[in-house]
Amino acid sequence: MDRIPILKMGEFLLVTIQVDMHDRLAMTLQDDLMEAIRARAARGVLIDISALEIVDSFIGRMLGNIAAMSRVLDAETVVTGMRPAVAITLVELGMSLPGVRTALDVEKGMELIRTSTRLLEGDDRRAQG
Amino acid sequence: MPAITLTRLAEILARHQDDVLRDWTTQQLKSATRRSDLLNESDLRENSRQFLAAFTAALQRAKGDDITGSDWADVREILTSISGSRATRGFTPSETAMFVFSLKEPVFDRLRHEIKDVQPLAEEIWGTTTILDKLGLLTTEVYQRARESVIKRQQEDLIELSTPVVKLWDGILAVPLIGTLDSARTQVVMENLLQQIVDTGSGLAIIDITGVPTVDTLVAQHLLKTVAAARLMGADCIISGVRPQIAQTIVHLGVNLGDVITKPTLALALALAFKRTGVVVSRNAALTAQV
Repeated sequence: MDRIPILKMGEFLLVTIQVDMHDRLAMTLQDDLMEAIRARAARGVLIDISALEIVDSFIGRMLGNIAAMSRVLDAETVVTGMRPAVAITLVELGMSLPGVRTALDVEKGMELIRTSTRLLEGDDRRAQG
Repeated sequence: MPAITLTRLAEILARHQDDVLRDWTTQQLKSATRRSDLLNESDLRENSRQFLAAFTAALQRAKGDDITGSDWADVREILTSISGSRATRGFTPSETAMFVFSLKEPVFDRLRHEIKDVQPLAEEIWGTTTILDKLGLLTTEVYQRARESVIKRQQEDLIELSTPVVKLWDGILAVPLIGTLDSARTQVVMENLLQQIVDTGSGLAIIDITGVPTVDTLVAQHLLKTVAAARLMGADCIISGVRPQIAQTIVHLGVNLGDVITKPTLALALALAFKRTGVVVSRNAALTAQV
């Protein structure tokens, strides 16, 4: 069975979705990702979907769920590179994914995730000090 | 009622085609509905000749008065091209239909001349009139279709013209919306904007609604959808040009714009966009003095 690889970059995890997502693949990704966050104590997850051409409500919900679940495990999620057609489809489906952070490309996504975790760490330090 | 047979008409027309054509063109040239400014004499003669020839040929082939059959394909084709070209030249529908209806007079004259008995004459005239009426209506239909296609093309032009996406600064796009927003237009705006966001890699888009006369619930919903789609791609939107009147309407309608940033003018929106992207604009006192 095929899996989507999860790459580790420092304290962040990088997932690029290059194939069309079907429901079981999405569920596997969700499980693997949660395992990986726990195992590697990741502070952030970056999901690049620039190659994804088709989405349905299930995949949309999965993205929302991943973001919510990672937040529980104290990791920020950023979805990057969503195509216009995909964005329009999700909005028409009524899923504007309010809990998910987004960025135009991986580079901007990395920047966003770095600043947001740094801000959080600042809070932590203030809390400790 | 028995099926209309036009054997006599076919035969008479075939025999006297030249005479009928001469009478018909003369009459058309004299007629009050003639538009010499739009159609010159040689074109008119050519049109008439083509139509009459095809009409006669079709009459000889055809069994009934069903002009939708394959026997009448030639006639329909000629009429379609004639009405289509007249519609684009600016003829009115009646002027276009008169082309066919005016054939009645010379044909009836000829029939009266050839058939002496009253009963067959009446039947033949009734048959002719039925078929010419149908052809006349066909020209009107074609005329309407031609006009509709013109209107449709203009609408498309209008949609394309009225939804430009401009790059204001590096990483800042603007969409100045002019005119009433409907679903079709918003769809185009949304697609254009999202595509431009990808192409230019801009993280901020300003949607300026100064030129939108009214904002109702539907328009507001369209705007919110656009903002949501842009956000999903990773770009933030600012809605600018909200006039006081529109602000009042939005609140009275109970529309919740949520966490969308709105600004009263494009200038203020641009200022915010500069602040977000870290651009600093300053006035150089030395240069201002020189000007």
